Order: sequence, then structure tokens, then C-alpha cells
Amino acid sequence: MKNWTSPGKLRARGIIGMNRRNIRYIGRYNDRRLYPLVDDKLQTKLLAQKYGITTPELIGTVTTQFGVKHIAEMLAGHNGFVIKPAKGSGGKGILVIERVEGKHFIKPSGAELEIDDVERHVSNILSGLYSLGGSPDVALVEALINFDTSFAAYTYEGVPDIRVIVFKGYPVMAMMRLSTAVSDGKANLHQGAVGVGIDIASGRAVRGVQFDRPRIDHPDTGHELASLHIQGWDTLLELASSCYEVTGLGYLGTDMVLDRDHGPMLLELNARPGLAIQMANGEGLRGRLELVEQQPEGVPVAERVAFAQREFARQGELQSEEALEAVVS
Amino acid sequence: MSRLPFYIIVAMLMVVGIAMSIHRHIEFEVPWTPGEQRQVWDIEAQVTFDGNGEPARVNMALPSSQPGFRIVTEHTASPGYGLSFEEKGGARRAVWSTRSAEGDQRLYYSSQLLVTNDANKTMSTPPSPPVQDIVWQRPYDTAAQQVIDQAWARSADAFTFAQQLLGEFTDDQQGENARLLLTQFDRVPLLVRLLNQAGVSARDVSVLMLESGRRRQSLTPWVQVFDGEKQALFNPATGEQGRPDNLLVWEGAGDSVLEVEGGSNSHISFSMLVRNQSASAAVRTQQAKDSDTLLNFSIHSLPLEEQALFQTILLIPIGALVVVLLRVLVGLKTSGTFMPVLIALAFIQTSLLTGLIGFLLVVAVGLVIRSYLSHLNLLLVARVTAVIITVIAIISIFTVAAYRFGLNAGLTITFFPMIILSWTIERMSILWEEEGPKEVLIQGGGSLLTAVVAYMAMNNPWIRHITFNFLGVQLILMACILLLGSYTGYRLLELRRFKPVTED
Repeated sequence: MKNWTSPGKLRARGIIGMNRRNIRYIGRYNDRRLYPLVDDKLQTKLLAQKYGITTPELIGTVTTQFGVKHIAEMLAGHNGFVIKPAKGSGGKGILVIERVEGKHFIKPSGAELEIDDVERHVSNILSGLYSLGGSPDVALVEALINFDTSFAAYTYEGVPDIRVIVFKGYPVMAMMRLSTAVSDGKANLHQGAVGVGIDIASGRAVRGVQFDRPRIDHPDTGHELASLHIQGWDTLLELASSCYEVTGLGYLGTDMVLDRDHGPMLLELNARPGLAIQMANGEGLRGRLELVEQQPEGVPVAERVAFAQREFARQGELQSEEALEAVVS
Repeated sequence: MSRLPFYIIVAMLMVVGIAMSIHRHIEFEVPWTPGEQRQVWDIEAQVTFDGNGEPARVNMALPSSQPGFRIVTEHTASPGYGLSFEEKGGARRAVWSTRSAEGDQRLYYSSQLLVTNDANKTMSTPPSPPVQDIVWQRPYDTAAQQVIDQAWARSADAFTFAQQLLGEFTDDQQGENARLLLTQFDRVPLLVRLLNQAGVSARDVSVLMLESGRRRQSLTPWVQVFDGEKQALFNPATGEQGRPDNLLVWEGAGDSVLEVEGGSNSHISFSMLVRNQSASAAVRTQQAKDSDTLLNFSIHSLPLEEQALFQTILLIPIGALVVVLLRVLVGLKTSGTFMPVLIALAFIQTSLLTGLIGFLLVVAVGLVIRSYLSHLNLLLVARVTAVIITVIAIISIFTVAAYRFGLNAGLTITFFPMIILSWTIERMSILWEEEGPKEVLIQGGGSLLTAVVAYMAMNNPWIRHITFNFLGVQLILMACILLLGSYTGYRLLELRRFKPVTED
């Protein structure tokens, strides 16, 4: 029984489980009618642009198998790009090309692809290989994100993204997802990415986990996580919060990146965000969600962010390395 | 948003379900447990023929009480027909008659047989004396005589003679003579004829092999041999002597089973189902049958063919409940929500071990072939179709191989739902490419575990008894599933997943 805990302890920590998330929050606050807005990345992107939210630049879309043959023309002149399925889930089917050298397309891992490989990938996306339920899909080609170099030491290959859970427009919990060698450059926690809980008040690291177990440094770069601090945190929170008005979804996961030139950008939205964020923060969502439920509707974005920063402030658990060594010895 | 209406619905379902079950228990004396029970076979014969507008007369043989079986009730359904029963020489026959039969005609006879242990009770029909004046054409006369002489020399009495004679005609040791005779005569009449010629009284009888849930079965001819007062049954195909427990002699006087005058294309087929019933309830049924009310919402008021179907259908909610329990309360991951239920249904047909081995073999080989297909860069629908054909090929090869090696259990592999298997392979293959073999093991293992638990629940005699006999249980199941659907607590596996959070 060493690896098991009791329901009472979890409840005391305010951890919510899958069943509770599905019934009390997703079922109650997310209108099914609105799901297509977030399940289709193309729609999300167009909607975000309408509301003035920055998203990665759209190079083009491929909607027919016929169009696959013309992908080379579309890509001409772009040195790096990302191809993703509009209806993919969990980061499936995303192809990142870091740079183009002559006829070779180089992935962040250094692997080289030919134009044929790229065309096959797009064709697979169109035939629905990566979309929910295998339905036919559309491929999006986006410009590469030039992620903020201040995070270079915290990530391996992939772009670190920031997930903020927005409940009724209030940012309730946040984490940063750092890709690792194990996760194959992907920012998915269950694939082995490192999750770092972020304090809503300050944008500083609270706690780190990999495979649900606590972690104080990045497994590949060896850089400690305690010093992680997100610049322009308030702007990012306001961006995340405004997604409530944009989509109308009450329980929302917003995925963002920090671009060197354009600041915070919206990558995608998720109507069924996972629960691992609780692990990364070492705290349950329940208390925060119930506090937000008591707040009135119609509060402006800035006030909601201020409220969240006041109520959900946390002290970091990560200590500097010397202090930790002292504890260990 | 009030939850009150929801709880009222759940409570109503519960109350109605329980009330219906109790009503059935008290009013129809259906016991709660299958224990201390007698097996009752429901057998339904369906006679079909095309009437040609003239008076029609249908004469059908009826089974009698015999060693191993006692007839409890009999019913017929034949609107527009007059019905009479005949009995001569211990053989019973039903005669339907009508002035005008036009078009497709259907007559039903159903009977309930109680399984008994009175093996010493003899057949009521007396032996007929052997017919002596048998004339053969050349060259069959010498062949027949040689076969008889051979068997006669190697036997001591009527039964051993019959054994030797039938042995000559079994498939793997047919002699020249036997083969010659079989080209001209049907096997069973030929055997009877040979036995009679040797002075042994024998006749062909029509028997029904009882197997629960079977539909559209037909009678098979067996050979009955007499030696003074004693008699024995022989299987003409294998030459084996003796009556298997599941053999019912339908027509035991050597006559035809069905005679139709004034019609063509006549055909008779049988459906059967075994039920466990307490002895008192079996008697009680006779009275209850006559007073069918609307409240007797039992599957047993349906024709047998539908009953056999329902026995399986009513088990599906149990399998689904297991899936709901394991997903909502335990948190197991399965590949395809209700795929495990379909696999469990297949397990019921195949038995657990052969089912598991067959499933693993098909999926493993399918995954290997699917990994090649993924190099071909096909469109999704075409790829899944290719997997379906592959699965069918794998199943065919395994079936043939199992048959060659004499593993009869391997033949049941065809019960697997092939389309479902193909989708399972497709999904697992994508999972393998994207998340690695570990996730495939987790989901595949979860699916198999769910299927095994569902199988054990659905194959449990008590659960089978309850679901088949008490329809109210379905409402109770519905109420349970509604309650489970609004469970907001933790899943069992979450207690492990979230453990690290509670540590500091």
C-alpha cells in the first residue's frame, strides 16, 4: 500500500478527479455546442484574430489531397515552419521543421526529411490519422515560433508552453511544460515532459514534476527549475482570461508560448484540460474553483486577473541547490 | 439546477424493478438462485410448406417420454387448422388438417422436456421383426453378402454384429464393398437393410441433438438395434454404440417424421433452449402458461427462437455495467469503450482460455502486418479494410491449422467479432507509433482485463439465471448505471496517481 493514498487525504488537499472534472466542471460549464471552436485549431485561430489575440502566423492551409502536391510552393521562402492537424489532440501529428537546407528539411532533433516525407505527413493529416475519431481533417502550416531564449536552458528540443486553466474567466492555475529527451521534444506530461507549477501572482516556479514525481532540475539540461520566471506574466494572464469571452467555455485550458518578438501567443485551447496541473502545483484545484464559482459574472478581465493574483498567490517550494543539499545530507 | 427529478427517476426504476422481480418470484415461483434445479428443455418444431390451395393434411411424428427425458407440457400453434393426436404402437403423431391451404404455411409444436435420471425405463415402442425378403440387384448382392459375412464372423451377438457392420462403413476404414454399396444407397437405410438381412431386427430412428440456444436445427438419423428385449442406439457416422445424454429420440418407430399432403416444399426445423427450473416451478408453469397476463413480462412468453436470442441480449447490460464500474470507479483504460463486452461475448462461445489465446494471436499477428501496411501510406478507410481482410485471413489460417492439429477448440475462434478486432488492431497500432509499446500494453491489458471480468460476470450461472428470469433486474441495472454516471468521487487508480501530491 506504499504507493496508494486515501480519498480523505486527497479531499483534504482539494484534488479533483476525472469524474468530478467531467461532471461538475466540464459538463456544467462547457456547452457542447461550443466545442468545435476549440477542437478545430483553424477556427480557434480565426476567432482569436477577430478578438485581437496574437497567434502564430498562418502560412497556409491544405484542405485536399490535390493540394498536397503544391505544398512545396507554399513552403518556399520559409526557413522554418510547423505543420499540424486542425483537429488533432494531445500534440499528435505535429511536425516541426527547424530549418531548411537546400532540399532537406531539418527537425529539431537533427533528423532530415525530404519533401516526400513532408507530403506524406500532410496526406496522413488530411485522411484523419491524427484527428479525433479518424474524421477527415485539414492541415495547418504555421510559422515557427522563435521562443524566448531565456527558456533555452529549461527545455530540450521542443518549445516550452504555458498552460493556464481559466475558470469562468479567472486564471486559476498555471504550469509550464518543458519538453525532454524522453518526451521526444513534445510538451505532453504523460509522455515524460517536465511540468512546472507557476505561481499565479508572480509567474515564478512553484514546483516541478516529471512522470508525476517531484523534480528540481531539468533531466537533460540539468538546469535547476527554481529560477524559472516568466516575463510579462500579467499580460499573459490577461490574454488567457480573455479567452473566456472569446469562446464562452467556462472551464478552459489555454496553451500559450512566449515569442521573442511578439510576446505571449495563443497556441491552442482545450475544452477538456487534464488534471496533471494539480501535480505540477502540488495543490488541488477544488478550493480555487469553488472560490471562483462564488464570484459574480461580468467582471472585466483586468479585475479578474487581479483577483486571481491576490487570492492564489503561492510561495515556491523549490529551493536553491545549496539549501537542498543541506536537507538531503 | 435541482438533482431531485434525477433521484426520483432512479428511485422509481429501483422500486419498479424490485417489485417486478418480487412479483415474478412469488406469482410464478421462479427461485432466486439456480441451485437445486432440474433442467428443462424447451423444444420448438416449426413446419413450413407451400400450400397449393387444396385441402392439406400434415402428419408429424411427436417425441414420447423416454429414458432421460419426461414430457412436461406440449403446445401447438396452427391457426386455421384442425388438430388431432394419433397413437399407435407407442408412437405418437400429430395430424393437422385444413380445407384450404394457400401460400406460405407455418405450424408450430413446442414441448417442454424435464431431464430425468430414470435410465432403466425402456423405450415404449416394441421392436419390429426383421424383414427377410430383401432383394438386391447385381453386383450389390455379393457385396452385401460379403460385408455381412465378414461382420458376422467377427461378432458374437446382435450388438457386436452391428458394431462390426457399422465399423465397415465408417469413413476412415471403408472397404471396397462398403464403398460400392454407398454409391447406390443412403447410409442409414442401407445399414438397416443389411442388419435385417442378417436376421437382426433394426430400424432407423430420427434423433435431435440437444444444444442450448440452437436454432434451425434438423433431425439426424440413427440406427436402433434390438437383441431380444434389449435395444441399443448406434451413431451411423462413427459406429459408436450408446445414447449420449443430449440425444432425444424424436421419431422412434421407423416411420417418416413429416408427411404433407396438399403442399410442397415442406420443411421441419427445430429450436431449443435449456432452462434451469425448480421441480415445483416446472409443474406450476403448466398452469401459468394458460393464464398469461400482461404482468407476466417474461421472456418466456416469446417463441423459443426469440428466447434463445434474448438469453444473450439480456446479459449485455451486465457486461456494460462491468465496463462502467471499471472505468468510473477503477479508472482502467480500455481500447474502445464497449469493445471488451463484445470480446467477452466471444469468450462465452469459445471458453476463456482458447478465447484469450486466440485473441492474443490474432491481435499480435495483426499488429505485425499492420506495421507493414503503415509503410504503404494508405488512406485510413482503405487501410482499415485491408486490416479486416488480414484478420479474416489470420482467423481462417488458425482455424485450418487448429483443425489439422486436431485442436477442436481452435475452431471456435471464428466467433470473434472481426470488424471490432480490426479496429482494435488499427487503434493499437496508431497508439504504438505515437505513444510507444507501453501505452499499448496498458490499454490492451486494460481491455483484456475488462473483457475477462465481464466474461466471468456474464458466464456466472446465478447471474445468467437472474437476468434471464427476472426482467425487473434490467431496471435495477439501469438505476445503478444512472447513479454511477453521476459519481464525482475519485477513481481507484487516482489514489495512486495523485499520491505524490499528498506526500509533502
